[in-house]
Amino acid sequence: MAHFGSVMLIKKPEDIKSGEITPQKLYVTRRNFLRGAALLATTAATGFLYRQVNAPPQPRVEGAKLADVVKPDAAQAAGSGYVVNEKLTPFENITGYNNFYEFTTYKSEVASAAAGFVTRPWTVAVEGLANRPKVFDLDDLLKLAPLEERVYRMRCVEGWSMVIPWVGFPLHKLLDAVEPNSAARFVQFETLYDPKRMPGQNTGVLDWPYVEGLRLDEAMHPLTILASGLYGEKLPPQNGAPLRLVVPWKYGFKGIKSIVKIRLVRDQPATTWSAAGPSEYGFYSNVNPNVDHPRWSQADETRIGEYRKRPTLLFNGYAEQVGHLYAGMDLRANF
Amino acid sequence: MKDIKFYKVVVFVNSLVPLALAAWDWSQGKLGANPVEFLTRTTGMLTLVFLFISLAVTPLRRLTSVQWLIQFRRMLGLYAFFYGFLHLLTYVWFDRSFNLKSAVSDIYARPFIAVGMLSFFLLVPLAITSTKGWIKRLGGKRWARLHKLAYVAAVGGVVHFWMLVKSDTRLPLRFAFVLAVLLGSRVFIKQMKQKTPPRTLVPRPGGGVKP
Repeated sequence: MAHFGSVMLIKKPEDIKSGEITPQKLYVTRRNFLRGAALLATTAATGFLYRQVNAPPQPRVEGAKLADVVKPDAAQAAGSGYVVNEKLTPFENITGYNNFYEFTTYKSEVASAAAGFVTRPWTVAVEGLANRPKVFDLDDLLKLAPLEERVYRMRCVEGWSMVIPWVGFPLHKLLDAVEPNSAARFVQFETLYDPKRMPGQNTGVLDWPYVEGLRLDEAMHPLTILASGLYGEKLPPQNGAPLRLVVPWKYGFKGIKSIVKIRLVRDQPATTWSAAGPSEYGFYSNVNPNVDHPRWSQADETRIGEYRKRPTLLFNGYAEQVGHLYAGMDLRANF
Repeated sequence: MKDIKFYKVVVFVNSLVPLALAAWDWSQGKLGANPVEFLTRTTGMLTLVFLFISLAVTPLRRLTSVQWLIQFRRMLGLYAFFYGFLHLLTYVWFDRSFNLKSAVSDIYARPFIAVGMLSFFLLVPLAITSTKGWIKRLGGKRWARLHKLAYVAAVGGVVHFWMLVKSDTRLPLRFAFVLAVLLGSRVFIKQMKQKTPPRTLVPRPGGGVKP
């Protein structure tokens, strides 16, 4: 066409062939595509970051079943507090939500941090004011008495609780074996100290090793047990393998884990948490809804698996069995 | 290509990702043994994170001279407020079962609740006055002075976090460190500015800045 140039300049919109618009359309499509991709990529990156920083806890694997666990019969259990008639906390919650600062202070990460913790060989030294002190090999110690199932409430000082079917035997059976002498008035317990196996001990979060204590009559009470299992299985590392203390009427931290030493002593022993916060954690640490923690209320608790709070019971519901141990004592002063 | 509108969409959507994932995990029953504690902790941390990011905007803008970063500050600040509100909601809902009287008495009984509550309520006037209209009404300088409260709220938030941990203060310590850097950069920038000719930046109703 000869007059090509001038025609182009005065061309009206309706003269534009549809084919000539396509590049514009393509441009918009490409831009939208890039935008979508950018949005998706950043969203995925943010999601990934969130998962890295704040991953929800993972369920864990089954452990080895324990043989010959005696279930207390109804008649024997009545009034003893051996079996609480409440819904059991699911296995994965008991084994996936732990306070065990020797591994990590993140409750949902204790299980993975403690996985592979070697508990054989293991010895427990029972010493101090006793006629027959002895260093027990763990497997011998576990043969001192038949393993029983005890279904106890567990109330953490932080305000949550569980119902746990422990497997173990009363502590007094072990103490009877070493024959405490008449000067013994308290029992002190000690956790393994081995920063290589317990990485949390490389931090200054608490003074290591973890130590706990009971009055001798508390230690001799039939509700006080040494546990080596739960849900009929070998105790998982995150719950205090291979041997831990369970004192159901006291806050959970009294239940010292991975015990290597038990010492009978004359004077009230130091305990880790009351050393860390003398005004917040006492020696007794009996569950008591009427005595608040200085920073939070102890009047109620979150039962793991429930959304609504439930009232906390005096001595965690074991007042009938253990109340007499504290007759005439000021529980506010002896918190 | 400064496609602010699109970038805003990106920031908006990304800021919702943690909430969406937490909600998804919740619906799947995958928040672990203590979902309430998990949600409370997560929303609390997100409040601090968004507060910090919104407080990082100005120092970043001054240090990099990328002025358009300011365009995201309001949204980030409002997200801090939003997550703070969700944090408060989890507390009032699950910890207090919507019993407001017990929530009020809890403020007296537990100092860390009082500090957290105060920090949140400091954010309320900031959220309200985050609109164009309010910037105009207050005037840029007064508005800017009022919004310095964000720093007070951030300090309060970190103290609140610090007060509630049992013995492991490492995480609150990290938050405190970041906050110290943010506050320190302010002081640093101020001193740099005093050496160079004064140039006050005042937010415009449009969300941009007027030199």
